[in-house]
Amino acid sequence: MEKLEVKNLTHHFGFTEILHDINFTLKRGEVVSIVGPSGGGKTTLLHLCSGLLDVEEGSVSNNFTSSAFAFQEGRLLPWKNVIDNIVVGLLARGDKKSIAIQQAKDIALKFGLEEDDFEKFPKDLSGGMKQRVNFARALVTKPSLLFLDEPFSALDIGLKRELYAHLMESCKEDDMSILFITHDLMEGIRLSDEILLLEADPGHIVKTFKYEMPKEKRDDTFVYEESAKILQDKEIIETFELNSLELK
Amino acid sequence: MKFFLKILKDFPAYLWSGWGAIASILLFIALWDVGNQVYGNLVLPSPLETFKTLYAMLHSQEVWEQIDITLYRASVGFGLSLLFGSILGLIAGFFATASMMSRPVVTILVGMPPIAWIVLAMIWFGMGDETVIFTVIVASFPIIFVGALQGTRTLDGDLKEMADSFHFPWHMKFMDVYFPHIFSYIFPAWVSGLGMAWKIVIMAELLATSDGMGAELAIARSQLDTPTALALVTIMIGSLMFIEYIILEPIKREVESWRS
Repeated sequence: MEKLEVKNLTHHFGFTEILHDINFTLKRGEVVSIVGPSGGGKTTLLHLCSGLLDVEEGSVSNNFTSSAFAFQEGRLLPWKNVIDNIVVGLLARGDKKSIAIQQAKDIALKFGLEEDDFEKFPKDLSGGMKQRVNFARALVTKPSLLFLDEPFSALDIGLKRELYAHLMESCKEDDMSILFITHDLMEGIRLSDEILLLEADPGHIVKTFKYEMPKEKRDDTFVYEESAKILQDKEIIETFELNSLELK
Repeated sequence: MKFFLKILKDFPAYLWSGWGAIASILLFIALWDVGNQVYGNLVLPSPLETFKTLYAMLHSQEVWEQIDITLYRASVGFGLSLLFGSILGLIAGFFATASMMSRPVVTILVGMPPIAWIVLAMIWFGMGDETVIFTVIVASFPIIFVGALQGTRTLDGDLKEMADSFHFPWHMKFMDVYFPHIFSYIFPAWVSGLGMAWKIVIMAELLATSDGMGAELAIARSQLDTPTALALVTIMIGSLMFIEYIILEPIKREVESWRS
């Protein structure tokens, strides 16, 4: 069974404790989101899980066969055009170039890019298009585990929905797992099997919320109702310091 | 290979865009002619006379020998600067301590007037090739060194992380992540280094040797042969413009087409 298991994970930057005693398990096919206020160590946690940072205390065991990362700001190579950007993940794992390029073209079209865009450099792409490329680059490798670092945060609602749908499809067809961080509770409710609430200073998990309802059945009403419910939760109010910002 | 074909393909369009530049050069020559009419032949020979002298010079074997000598000195000096400036700059850029320590040295090298270097070089090496080559190196090395250093200092950590997340093998990391960025800094530095080398070689020759184009210029000065002096200047500027606009600029455009 492929899974990502995090046990007693603690992390420091210098003398500051960023993460304290994190425990959770992500199984094949599951979607786990980490929700919490900015500066709460979410990105650090994701980097530790994906191996971009070295684990100091505790353990992260990841036996997923492949993984990919989609970043918040795209991080496209500015000197490569759309197709050459999408193809890097495939080339990095040693795929044949001609096949890789064909795959990249197919997925680019699927992600709403047009053939006219293929030769464009990132400087000529809009924010939304860059993010489409970013997702295509991550998903073209058909990873069994996908890490997402708030990649939706700067997108309009239509594009968000479109990308959600692509993710759902990959989850369903390829049994892909996702570990993603977000500060949007509704996004978490719509996509996840489990939401981990991370409180800051130092980052630790205060509560987990589980959602059993199949994802394709989660309509807007469900998401709104659950959001309303979760916003009444004592831990959510404290973690996001909602009570101190009561609107008068 | 594909890359060079692309440069060749875009070359005619690039040349066609040069009409504006040609117009401005012609305007400059017109002003020059006005200067000749105001100040007379001795002070400022007319463009026509200059170009006639130039034409005659380019047909003389002896002048080509002098050009060869200068070319040799400039290319050896510039080549060494290119090699060592790039390598040392890259190395210095990768280590914070090295880049910190090299900064004052670079300031000294840049701040010291080339003419002072020529004097020192004349004392150290005497009158000859070494003096000229040394001065060329001292003048163009820091420019290239700083370019390479900046290139490595400013590498984007986010892109490195992206490369790590996809497990790029080392050659891909170098070719796709580091190289294009560093090149976008180092290439302009090579261009300005080359311009510097070409100027300094003439100056060093004028003061420190008895052959080469600089020395020819010194002879023209002592004989008050203004047309020859101007013809030499035209050769120098013409060759620099040829290298910069016909060879380097098209390469630069192609390499940096990803930049806004």
